Amino acid sequence: MTRGNRPGLFPLVAGLILSIPSLAQGPGGYNPPGQGVALSGNWGPVFHEDAHERGPGPELVNYLGLPINDAARNYALAWDPSRFTVPEHQCEVHIVGYIYRGPVNLRIWENRDPVTQKLISIGNYMDNYEQTRTIWMDDRPHPPESAPHTWMGFSTGKWEGNTLTVYTTHMKQGWIRRNGLRHSDQATLVEHFIRHGDHLVHMSVLTDPLTLTEPLVKTDDFNLRVQNGQTWLYPCEAVVEIVRPRGIVPSYQPGENPFTHEFSDLYKIPAEAALGGAETMYPEYQSKLKAAAASSGSGK
Amino acid sequence: MRRTLTAALATLWLVAGAYAQQAGIQTLKVQGNVYLLTGAGGNVVVQVGEQGVLVVDTGLEHTADQVLTAIRKLSDKPVQFILNTHFHSDHTGGNDTIRKAGATYTGANVTGNIKDAATGAQVFAQDNVMQRMSAPTGQQAAAPFGDWPTETYLAGRKQMFFNGEPVEMIHQPAAHTDGDSLVMFRRSDVIVAGDLFLTTTYPFIDVDHGGSIQGELEALNNILDLAVAAHQDEGGTYIIPGHGRVCDKPEVLEYRDMVTIIRDRVQASIRKGMTLEQVKAAGLTRDYDPRYSAKTGPGNKDAFVEAVYKSLTKKK
Repeated sequence: MTRGNRPGLFPLVAGLILSIPSLAQGPGGYNPPGQGVALSGNWGPVFHEDAHERGPGPELVNYLGLPINDAARNYALAWDPSRFTVPEHQCEVHIVGYIYRGPVNLRIWENRDPVTQKLISIGNYMDNYEQTRTIWMDDRPHPPESAPHTWMGFSTGKWEGNTLTVYTTHMKQGWIRRNGLRHSDQATLVEHFIRHGDHLVHMSVLTDPLTLTEPLVKTDDFNLRVQNGQTWLYPCEAVVEIVRPRGIVPSYQPGENPFTHEFSDLYKIPAEAALGGAETMYPEYQSKLKAAAASSGSGK
Repeated sequence: MRRTLTAALATLWLVAGAYAQQAGIQTLKVQGNVYLLTGAGGNVVVQVGEQGVLVVDTGLEHTADQVLTAIRKLSDKPVQFILNTHFHSDHTGGNDTIRKAGATYTGANVTGNIKDAATGAQVFAQDNVMQRMSAPTGQQAAAPFGDWPTETYLAGRKQMFFNGEPVEMIHQPAAHTDGDSLVMFRRSDVIVAGDLFLTTTYPFIDVDHGGSIQGELEALNNILDLAVAAHQDEGGTYIIPGHGRVCDKPEVLEYRDMVTIIRDRVQASIRKGMTLEQVKAAGLTRDYDPRYSAKTGPGNKDAFVEAVYKSLTKKK
């Protein structure tokens, strides 16, 4: 290339550079960032947290690290796992504040107004119990108190930066931990969906004045799946497993739960700690237990 | 595309309409032809259709005009039937006002338009409701004459076909009272439970008026037998309690479980020879009290335990 050719090349390059802004505003061009991030896709769970509880299930009378009150604890101590054999209980869906902990394949998608492309809602489908959840993004109000409560509750969401924050009411009572610990139908749930590349953090904050003394905060993690999953169904059919007279409800009488010490004995932790409570969530509780053990001379 | 948007807006409007409120009385569409009116004391349920209006329970006397206004927003057709689930005044207090505003066929005595019928709506209830509200001539009745049922059934069930669906009143003996009826709308798939099921408090078992824990549990189990949950244990048959919000089968199940478990605990205490005061002091309901114990009155934990105890120790 000679110097003499350069005047001819310069207008071409300059023209290309100048044309970029107009391309950005035209159809099919550069799309400036809007609110939030795209969460759509198939997400698979990561089980590095609480794997034992989330897979095979929690031990009986393991309420450790949960901010439960006396009523919730007493309910759980009276809960007989044989209740799962009652046909009406067999297909009980994991409540929205608990279902993300399960071995769940999660599909997320957006529902947009076809004319304005305004985001109306974000859908979640979970293969576990085949639950479809709608997170309304259009500022609609929550239903009145007289409206039915559901497993997934009624959810409204908003973007806080790149975090999707969701507020849920109208839940049924459901699991805090599936060993008898329940939250009430008065509970509310705040969730944050935070995407880091192909990793999704789901953080939930459960508040229940009837069973919790402090909010219960949990996180779950998901990885984006490029490969389509094949486990999207969860058929559940209740059957009579034990023939009983009508209306029998398996439960333990107060003070008669035979498994009260099983978990604490197995892991050699104080029975008091296994019964949970807000105090057992915090590191300071270890110091308290050590001090109590030292003063009693057990050193355990 | 415009059609899609219009449909979406229409859906939004319908949802908003379902939650439409008016002063004091809130109206919620349950499903099918059935609506729930809250804010009148006991829950009021309204079925509307081509033939007219059917009302289950009428709330307190002083809210009857508001209830009527709310009904008129759902239908301008005549109120033909009132069904009472039991006799308590928070469910029957509006009978007179709403009955007078209604009209129905009365055999050969009506000529011309149905609205010419001067007798008002018919009021159906199980016969013990009439016994509880009325009194022999010369004695003071528990309720004003205008609130009394105009038609009663003795036992079993009363069936009718109204607004395109079978409607059944099913007697639940010796439960909340001795005159309770479940009302089932079979096509709409809604059960009106009256005070046999509450989402607000423990059951009120009116032992002094023929109620019992045994009948209460039998009634709750009957509701579970009648109700069918839809996909993944949700929806399907909806159950409207006497007080509180609309529920589906799993929520009645939890309530039935709670009542059964407390019955079993009281029963075990009685077998140990514990007195009523000892049973009350034992805290047998402490796991459920934050959710279900009213501060005072019939839904309070002590009142409930006492009713269970008295039911179980009553000499047959």
